[in-house]
Amino acid sequence: MSNRKPETGAFFQRDRQWHPPAYTPDYKTSVVRSPQRALLSLDSTLSEITGPVFGHSLLGELDDDLIHNFAKPGESAIGQRIIVHGRVVDERGVGVASALLEFWQANAGGRYRHKREGYLAPLDPNFGGCGRTITDEDGYYRFRTVKPGAYPWPNGVNDWRPAHIHFSVFGHGFAQRLITQMYFEGDPMIWQCPIVKSIPDKAAIEQLIAALDRQNTIPMDARAYKFDIVLRGRRSTLFENRLEGN
Amino acid sequence: MVQSLGFLKETPSQTAGPYVHIGCTPNFSGITGVYEADLGISMVNDQTFGERVTLRGRIFDGTGTPLRDALVEIWQADAKGLYNSPSEMRGTADANFSGWGRCPTDMETGEYIFETIKPGRVPYKDGRLMAPHVTLWIVARGINIGLQTRLYFADEEAANAEDPVLQRIEHRNRVPTLLARKDGSTYHFDIHLQGEKETVFFDI
Ligand SMILES: [Fe+2]
Repeated sequence: MSNRKPETGAFFQRDRQWHPPAYTPDYKTSVVRSPQRALLSLDSTLSEITGPVFGHSLLGELDDDLIHNFAKPGESAIGQRIIVHGRVVDERGVGVASALLEFWQANAGGRYRHKREGYLAPLDPNFGGCGRTITDEDGYYRFRTVKPGAYPWPNGVNDWRPAHIHFSVFGHGFAQRLITQMYFEGDPMIWQCPIVKSIPDKAAIEQLIAALDRQNTIPMDARAYKFDIVLRGRRSTLFENRLEGN
Repeated sequence: MVQSLGFLKETPSQTAGPYVHIGCTPNFSGITGVYEADLGISMVNDQTFGERVTLRGRIFDGTGTPLRDALVEIWQADAKGLYNSPSEMRGTADANFSGWGRCPTDMETGEYIFETIKPGRVPYKDGRLMAPHVTLWIVARGINIGLQTRLYFADEEAANAEDPVLQRIEHRNRVPTLLARKDGSTYHFDIHLQGEKETVFFDI
């Protein structure tokens, strides 16, 4: 944890126009999995203001290295080597320290290591596809992996997912809990994907596209992509009568 | 022109997809040797203070079919009503209770199961006590943004009747969608994404 005093304010209201709605018929699975009644909107209570925070001791040495964390000793995953890095901040721009990030992805050929996966592209014996890290005191994180491949999926007859990495993010309050996907700059498939297009606003989609970062590219080794993540911000408790005080 | 408020937009959500297990419960999905154990599979130990309970149920889609590819997370107070969180200012929670659990629904039956303790009561912002409750967060393929709801305990009738959150539910016939049914030390709590019995979900 950082030295900053833990915050206890309620979270900013979530902008539901910015997120994808529950019901997006072009993404067919959402049709029977989308609640149809209005959500019950409430200001945060202690149950949402608080949340689990994980210590760096949780992490193993290779948790942030998908090229090696499943590979046999001396071997490594096949594919384009990349570093993904960025900063987790909240809507006020304040860095979120000790945020646990978990990521998962297909291998370089677009194949996931999963019982229910049937794509004919081969598994890579040296690639598991999962990793995790925890942000530092200022909210920064980084991990190493291979660039995932695009893959087909059963939705339309010929739908393909653009290359992407799934992210699960914990902030400091359970109301900040978020799962999203990171896409790669310059990929034309992004704009053809029904899951991407579940997000109504083009600017919101662009927030999910990581920029190729030549400054942080490691010569003769790995290109870098920068992906910043924004979690919900909090109100100050200064003028609020709260039980736990300020 | 006025000064910019300078706020950023929250990163938009995307579905967890069908392979959420790879990232969140790799051992469950058959990817072993990367993490020692899946995070959140155990919430209690021998020393945990409080009444042991099992929470179990299934998540049904609009056709009545249980989801076999969902991931459920829960977050709750300890037996004294304190959260194991840095933002908890009222005291120190039971160090032997994490308060947070994660469970993938069974790939055959669709059932989720948590071994936990019954939480204590936590104050609402005006000081009234909320009834004992557990927050649930559900993600899956076809769910574009995580669904949040609460499990209340059906046998806590008096506390439930004065719970300030339950009181906010306009259609009283929907309150039972948040009540877990007691059967010994087990509480059964099914979630319905759509239909007559659609669970009350929160924007909170
Ligand atoms: Fe994917």
